[in-house]
Amino acid sequence: MVNLALAWAERYQSEHRDVSLSVTGGGSGTGIAALVNGTVDIANASREMTADEIKQAEANGITSVEFVVSRDAIAVIVNPENPVRQLTLQQISDIYSGKINNWTEVGGDDRPIVRLSRETNSGTHVYFLETVLRLGDKTNPTLFSTDTLLLPSSEGIISEVRLNPNTIGYDGLGYVPPDLMNSVIAVARDASGPYVIPSIATVNDNSYAVSRDLYMYTAGEPAGAIKDYINWILSPEAQVIVADLGFVPIK
Amino acid sequence: MDKSLNWRETIITVVIKTCGYSAIFIVILIFFFLLREGVPALTEVKVSDLLSTRWYPIENHFGILPLLTGSLIVTVGAMLIAIPFGIGTAVFLSEIAPRWMREILKPLVELLGGLPSVVLGFLGILVLSPFLRYFLNLPTGLTALAGALLLGGIAVPTTVSIAEDALDSVPQSYREGALALGATKWQTIWRVTLPAARSGVLTALMLGIGRTIGETMAVMMVTGNAPVLAIKLTSIFSPVRTMTATIAAEMGEVANGSTHYHVLFFIGLLLFLISLAVNITASSVVFKSKKRAERVLS
Repeated sequence: MVNLALAWAERYQSEHRDVSLSVTGGGSGTGIAALVNGTVDIANASREMTADEIKQAEANGITSVEFVVSRDAIAVIVNPENPVRQLTLQQISDIYSGKINNWTEVGGDDRPIVRLSRETNSGTHVYFLETVLRLGDKTNPTLFSTDTLLLPSSEGIISEVRLNPNTIGYDGLGYVPPDLMNSVIAVARDASGPYVIPSIATVNDNSYAVSRDLYMYTAGEPAGAIKDYINWILSPEAQVIVADLGFVPIK
Repeated sequence: MDKSLNWRETIITVVIKTCGYSAIFIVILIFFFLLREGVPALTEVKVSDLLSTRWYPIENHFGILPLLTGSLIVTVGAMLIAIPFGIGTAVFLSEIAPRWMREILKPLVELLGGLPSVVLGFLGILVLSPFLRYFLNLPTGLTALAGALLLGGIAVPTTVSIAEDALDSVPQSYREGALALGATKWQTIWRVTLPAARSGVLTALMLGIGRTIGETMAVMMVTGNAPVLAIKLTSIFSPVRTMTATIAAEMGEVANGSTHYHVLFFIGLLLFLISLAVNITASSVVFKSKKRAERVLS
């Protein structure tokens, strides 16, 4: 979400010169931890706060307030040379948990599968674990296979997918560059279902299975400049920026 | 005039003593801080869990063995590269190269040592790792091997600088004596000069090891950060996760005082103890040799 937050901050500051905003990245976990520790006013997160984190915030005297500021599709990408273009959720789950290890098992060439992921502090990682690996079932104990490469940034994933034909990776739709847009995988909820490519339309009509809300959390009900900023973000002007960056505007 | 000189002596002595003792004091303080934040990990997590093989902290899997083996395999690989290249270059610079070549090469080697490790990491992702994947037919080039090559490259300038100084300080009479007895140039270097400079060369190697164990950015970018248990010989071709990269990647997201926080500090404590052990071994070797040398020459 750091791209989005930066774009919003830049536009807001250019229109309101008396307000200064500073944005840093580090993953949803980092942002929420900073909110819990009281060092930031707003935490951007691509996942919900967990019950533990909410409890820790209360223990520090902070009541977190949640705002849904955008929606996002998680695109599963492969190298352009890879002939595979559609997978079911179950197949993606098996690939990432280590049950499927060669591309021939899903209709591709005879190549080993190299799995790419974000680090554990990323909300995208946690969301992917819950929705894809565990298929939305909270009691499912499936974990990423130990040889999944945990890269420190979205850019790292994009760069390795571009260079290495054995890879599969996932990232927010907004982070997929134009040269990899053709090798985005169409995902079906099960083997009978339609294979859907992620886009603004398919996220809003819920046909794309791997989409999520993006949140901003504040410490207590926002007031003053923070309130003005959040109201601006929920307004149509800011939501145009959302669409420009490849995310999905809230209706 | 006498009195003011005494004053100045006292003040300067005190200042220098404070600086010296403060260095020791700061290291001790750091050690106690690490202890205070790291030891609770031993009470909050069962030791058998700490020694398990799965590192997935967001679901309370705190097995640090993959991280230990990751750091170890990258360090061993780096030293296997740094030792021959480092000592070989040092020997070449001090014993074989003509004076003019030495004056050009030595500053160049030290320049190489000044490269920020982040830049090397960047080159590693874009150049080294596709190269390794293509030529060694690996699934991916982001492996322990890429990390070991980069770290070897980082450790070589440190090693060369110190080893070359050590070789340089061997008295010329040793070499002349050996040549006078009929030894060839190589026999002189291998059997007389190198053993005489042994303590300095060992110090150089230990410093190289210390640098390698503590390197964070370059390994975080090229080793793939996958917490694989690296105990087989072929593990050098697999992605690994080092202790340093783990701390760097995860420290930002931990809440103060949580179990994950304590375990990360525990890993930091382990790193501290390993560096300490390496340095103590290095100094004990140096001091032992000095004593023997004093006995022989007196």
